[in-house]
Amino acid sequence: MELDIVLLSRAQFALTIMFHYLFPPLSIGLGLNMVIMEGLWLRTGERRYEAMARFWTRIFAVNFAVGVASGIVMEFQFGTNWSTYSRFVGDVFGSALAAEGIFAFFLESGFLAVLVFGWDRVGRRMHFFATTMVFCGSVFSSVWIVIANSWQHTPAGHVLVEHEGAMRAEIVDFWAMVFNPSSMHRLGHVLLGAFILGGFFVMSISAWYILQRRHEDFAKRSFVIGLIVASLASWGELVSGHAQAQMVAREQPAKLAAFEGHWTTTDEPTGLWLFGWPDEEAQTVRYGVEIPALLTFLVHTDFETPVPGLDQIPKRDRPPVVVPFVSYHVMIGLGTAFIGLTALAGFLLWRKRLFETRWLLWVFVFAVIGPYVANQAGWVATEVGRQPWVVYGLLRTKDAVSKVVPGEQVLGSLVLFSVAYLALFALWLFVINEKVRHGPTEPEDDPRDEVGLLAAAIGARQRGASLTATEEEN
Amino acid sequence: MDLNLVWFVLLGVLLMGYAILDGFDLGVGVLHLFVRKDHERRLVLNSIGPLWDGNEVWLVTFGGALFAAFPEAYATILSGFYFPVMIVLLGLIGRAVSLEFRSKVKTPRWRRYWDASFFLSSFTVTFVFGVALGNIIEGVPLDADGEYAGTLSMLLNPFALSVGALAVAGAAMHGAIYLFLKTEGDLQARVQGWIPKAFGAFAALYLGVSALALYTQPHLTDNFADLPAAWVVVALNVLAVANIPRAIHLGRPGYAFVSSSCVIAALTFLAMMAIFPNLVRSTTEHASLSIYSAASSQATLRLMGIIALIGMPLVATYTAIVYWVFRGKVKLGENAY
Repeated sequence: MELDIVLLSRAQFALTIMFHYLFPPLSIGLGLNMVIMEGLWLRTGERRYEAMARFWTRIFAVNFAVGVASGIVMEFQFGTNWSTYSRFVGDVFGSALAAEGIFAFFLESGFLAVLVFGWDRVGRRMHFFATTMVFCGSVFSSVWIVIANSWQHTPAGHVLVEHEGAMRAEIVDFWAMVFNPSSMHRLGHVLLGAFILGGFFVMSISAWYILQRRHEDFAKRSFVIGLIVASLASWGELVSGHAQAQMVAREQPAKLAAFEGHWTTTDEPTGLWLFGWPDEEAQTVRYGVEIPALLTFLVHTDFETPVPGLDQIPKRDRPPVVVPFVSYHVMIGLGTAFIGLTALAGFLLWRKRLFETRWLLWVFVFAVIGPYVANQAGWVATEVGRQPWVVYGLLRTKDAVSKVVPGEQVLGSLVLFSVAYLALFALWLFVINEKVRHGPTEPEDDPRDEVGLLAAAIGARQRGASLTATEEEN
Repeated sequence: MDLNLVWFVLLGVLLMGYAILDGFDLGVGVLHLFVRKDHERRLVLNSIGPLWDGNEVWLVTFGGALFAAFPEAYATILSGFYFPVMIVLLGLIGRAVSLEFRSKVKTPRWRRYWDASFFLSSFTVTFVFGVALGNIIEGVPLDADGEYAGTLSMLLNPFALSVGALAVAGAAMHGAIYLFLKTEGDLQARVQGWIPKAFGAFAALYLGVSALALYTQPHLTDNFADLPAAWVVVALNVLAVANIPRAIHLGRPGYAFVSSSCVIAALTFLAMMAIFPNLVRSTTEHASLSIYSAASSQATLRLMGIIALIGMPLVATYTAIVYWVFRGKVKLGENAY
């Protein structure tokens, strides 16, 4: 049987990148929460914030380790499976990847050691500095990798040159490459997506503790911090998403048409599908609800300028529609839900009823799955929407694979990665669960705690309960 | 010195940094099963606990720099060595996971499993790296497009396998010296006993591989005619090797660790020198991939040079801070593995 190397390599890339991307957004988002918590500790001197910082750091460490382990694969997979791509883009893409290593990974991994193992070896200020540096490192890392990825969508700052008998892209303007039309839009969107996940993750575990009546003071304070982060980031994501969609309409009209299930260009304003299922054969969306004229308005802020449909794109350059459409709509639906959920929780917090509304806390325990799915769905939408190109307009995906790798070896590695990642994911769940069951190490009752920054929001009366809870576990 | 040469040297520096730093924690992994008690195994693991992750970043940055500076070599080597690379990647995942998860459950079975996995992945990664390096030193068959034209089994030739064995012995020696530095008491006394054994294996393999290289690969010394000063490195390397047992005998393990680091640096230098000016030497009639034919544009090399110039001092600073914070004997704190 002839094995399809392009398909196998795409499957392997999708598997390894999607698995990897379970971890970095949490590192970024949780990192921000930890900087806030430890900052509060440094400022107020309250032991409870130290307990928070220590607990979330333990979770962070496990997540980070799996992220690093799965990330190393990505650094080398361009060469192993996509060597034609590597030859074509090395001049542009490689430098962003190398910059990521030098500016981000060393910073992250160096200070991670101090963050995780350095509690008793360095002072409080130095430790806070290390936490901040790890957070900065994870952000820098996303900056460079997003720039590299964005260049694949909206290449800029390069020329095509013949080198050793084949064409390749070479940088002529570094800053034009860095600030290519989609990079800053995408970066903002990716970071806010990570902050939403970080906030929801903190809220999920905190809500669980509150429901179990364990570590209540700790959990309520953590919940509020997570809620503030997630609320701001959710609204920010709405703005960022709108700007990004307009950018896609400008730079990659074929992708936008696939996102929106928009085949036929008309002079009438185009409607926006709220949901539905695209039928590629019939070139229409079924089982859906459409708001008339909204797509035209959102893209152009008027009702006159037509939005080009897929009929404007030559057949061989059209992306598939089902996967981009569905994942794009899942992302947007979830994004809207995050705004609604965080607004409801914020309102109940203000009315001092949040921590008594048990059904909502249960929702928050599981709501963390939402940002995970949304982050993945957004990437699936944008990457599949770029097809059939690996570098938009320059290099087709089918021409980018390694020429000399036998199909059996790709199949073999795909199977190995699948097994290894499945086991790894199970372990990650198991260890995080253990850490959550073990819970934070709470400080002795400290009279200074009464003046806590968030005490007003939470109310001091639950303090007694949390202490007894700690004794029970011990 | 042109930019292509600068990047060849910088890659050499990254490779040296990786081999010296990850070398000791891979070596600790290779030796890990020789300690039996759980408490002592934890000491062994925690001696590298805060450091291994940063050490691996040298490899990641090496990969990124190779991609950026010499994309043709990056593409040919990684696609040509497909399966060995996958084994290394899975091994690196295995190491990280074993370290991270071993401590989370206290049952002996759980820990035995992760201990075995940690040893096996450390051993495999070191060995396969050695085999890959051996193939690079020998040269590989290339086709007219500069793609790898050989098969998987051709990579497992005697010379490459012996370099793999040398890598394992070298890492074990380097790791044993490192452990000697970080441990104390009874455990340290036993670690001390491993050093001569690891050193003996390393020295014997070093002689054997050198002889095999000179006998079967005469091209390796071609560059010495242009750069006779490199013989000094050979001489210093021999002295550094000899200094290891001497320093241990004198009770100065720090000195021994510096010596074994110098040995690794010198071997990396000699390997780079042997292949220069090629990155992938072709054993067929088709052209090799040299630091000129495989390189990115001059603009990119210059740009990357600026990035390295800004980045390298920062990297040196972080590395120094971390090694300073975690200096001294290993202790099992609250956050230990």
